[in-house]
Amino acid sequence: MATVTPAQTAERAQIVSRARTVRRARSLTVIGILALAVFATFCVSLSLGDFKIPVIDVVKTLFGAGDRATEFIVNRLRLPRALTGVLVGVALGMSGAIFQSIARNPLASPDIIGVTYGASAFAVFAIVTLGLTGAAVSGLAILGALLTAFTMYVLAWRRGVSSYRLILVGIGIGAMATSVTSYLLTKARVEIAQQALIWLTGSLNGRDWTHVRSMAITVAVLAPVLVYLVHRLRILQLGDETAYGLGLHVEGSRLGLIVIGVLLAAVATAAAGPIGFVAFVAPPIARWLSRSPGPAMVASALVGALVVSLSDLIAQHAFGDTQLPVGVVTGVVGAPYLMFLLARANRVGSGG
Amino acid sequence: MPPPSAVVDSVGPDATATPSRPRRTRRSTLVLGLVGCVVLLVLVTLLSIAVGSKQIPLSTVIDALRHYDDANTDHVIIHSLRVPRTVIGLLVGAALGLSGALMQGVTRNPLADPGILGVNGGAALFVVGGIYWFGLTSLTAYVWLAFLGAAAASVAVYALGSLGREGATPVKLALAGAAMTAMLGSLTTALLIGDVDTFDQFRFWSVGSLAGRGSDIAAQVAPFILIGIVLALVSGRLLNALSLGDDVARSLGQRVGLARLFTAVTVVLLCGAATAAAGPIGFVGLTIPHVARLVTGPDYRWILPYSMLLAPILLLGSDVLGRIVAQPGELQVGIVTAVIGAPFFIALVRRRKLADL
Repeated sequence: MATVTPAQTAERAQIVSRARTVRRARSLTVIGILALAVFATFCVSLSLGDFKIPVIDVVKTLFGAGDRATEFIVNRLRLPRALTGVLVGVALGMSGAIFQSIARNPLASPDIIGVTYGASAFAVFAIVTLGLTGAAVSGLAILGALLTAFTMYVLAWRRGVSSYRLILVGIGIGAMATSVTSYLLTKARVEIAQQALIWLTGSLNGRDWTHVRSMAITVAVLAPVLVYLVHRLRILQLGDETAYGLGLHVEGSRLGLIVIGVLLAAVATAAAGPIGFVAFVAPPIARWLSRSPGPAMVASALVGALVVSLSDLIAQHAFGDTQLPVGVVTGVVGAPYLMFLLARANRVGSGG
Repeated sequence: MPPPSAVVDSVGPDATATPSRPRRTRRSTLVLGLVGCVVLLVLVTLLSIAVGSKQIPLSTVIDALRHYDDANTDHVIIHSLRVPRTVIGLLVGAALGLSGALMQGVTRNPLADPGILGVNGGAALFVVGGIYWFGLTSLTAYVWLAFLGAAAASVAVYALGSLGREGATPVKLALAGAAMTAMLGSLTTALLIGDVDTFDQFRFWSVGSLAGRGSDIAAQVAPFILIGIVLALVSGRLLNALSLGDDVARSLGQRVGLARLFTAVTVVLLCGAATAAAGPIGFVGLTIPHVARLVTGPDYRWILPYSMLLAPILLLGSDVLGRIVAQPGELQVGIVTAVIGAPFFIALVRRRKLADL
């Protein structure tokens, strides 16, 4: 390399820092707008229902200044469902961003580490064969998710886990879990199979404060750890060799991130069923919006929350009397937007 | 600047071959392996004709194949049930294996299954729509619906993926396909949740099965699959070039966009017809190319024929097993392939040095 004068160095540093400032400003703006959008959707979903409440009153009630009737309707009846939706979206958005970055594959999502498939197989077993409902199904779903993820990590371990091997093992285990699920579905009586189908679609119907609590604790504990680890994710994204070369403790960091991703997805799945597509669609949308080269973690979480709450709003109110499970709508809400972005994008990196 | 051939040699087909082994022995080993696959396939085919829920002695089976007798019920079973079913198994298996290899080659993504262009999603939505609105229940009707749905969805995905300045890049195709699949899946589920009868019909189709498929269905899908097989087998060089990345492929004189379109059309022919005949079977097309790649290394001229032979071995073998283990009923082939295929696949992945895409 040719000699570089201090003046040139300073100039270059300035260019880099200016570019960074612009990008940071952009991602902060995006986060702000997304947060506003989530809050707006949240308030609208609290205001709609059999008894409509003006949005202004909803906001007042949320800040503790509403009358008793609205307080009952908003805080008791509608708030748990809306909050569960937002938190599930946050968890899925972050989990998706983690897995897409680790696998360095935009098609990856918690599914490939078997979380969703394992959870589904266990939950369908609980519903169809054991005849369980409610919290017992959720418990078995978490058990299934964790067990599958653990098996997968152990099977992929051979003096370290390469991301590629993890993906392939994940495909294998996922396929087995899926076929167990479909086997159980074909063997059950059709009414029970349909009940299982609704669980498999993902629904927020009848969620109460226990769901909110479990989701809130999970997110509150894991999100700070994730923020602490996110720079390691950026390095991991460069590939194992580069990450080693940069002095990163690759196996430990990857394991830590996978554990966080699995827990987030598992708890979300237990709370609302395996709502499809959110974990897959949130990270690329977030990255495009904030023009971020790495995983845009906060933006992903917010896009996830927005997709879930908007979908639930549509699922509850757009079809007259029939209330659809939220998982039916996430695909229809998220997919067109992703396609719109694809159509506009000039260049897309192959990273997460 | 090195000549193009040097570029190919450094990252191309021979990069992962053991350097100490001369190229010719490696090649003859691969040919030998291919012959072994053919032998295995023939055995499985015969097994599939000989084994079933009704026990028929082997001599009668051979007799039925050589001198068919209308009056003999055993002969009729062989002719009208087992032979068509086996033929469909062969066709569907070959189609799934090939289209999986093509899809992974063209998107350069190990997670791309042949359904990633929206084939399975489109087929499922059309079949469900057919059951829901028109009350269709016959497998023959499903075939055309599924094929139509598969074609429509893939055209839409390809068109979407091609928008923008760069045309259909692998990542855009994969993302557009996954997005489209999710959207179609949402619509399908919406129909299924509203209607128990439709769901009752659909859950059996969606598992993937060779049962009850007669010679009429074989005749319906055979032309598409045969044409697809020919197109797929000649595209090995194309995929080798594409696997080096768009820029290198272009500098080697490859017309990237055209090559990709050609491959996509082939995938739709193969996977669309396979899904139409047997329902959506995901596992075979996703994993068999990886198995083939472990044997052959990254050269698509070998991966394609290996995938074409290995996939029907897995599919027919699973079908036979499904008939034996669950007597007097049977397990659908879509379930059995994953249950016996996945442990084997995982063991392979653990044992061998991985040939990355």
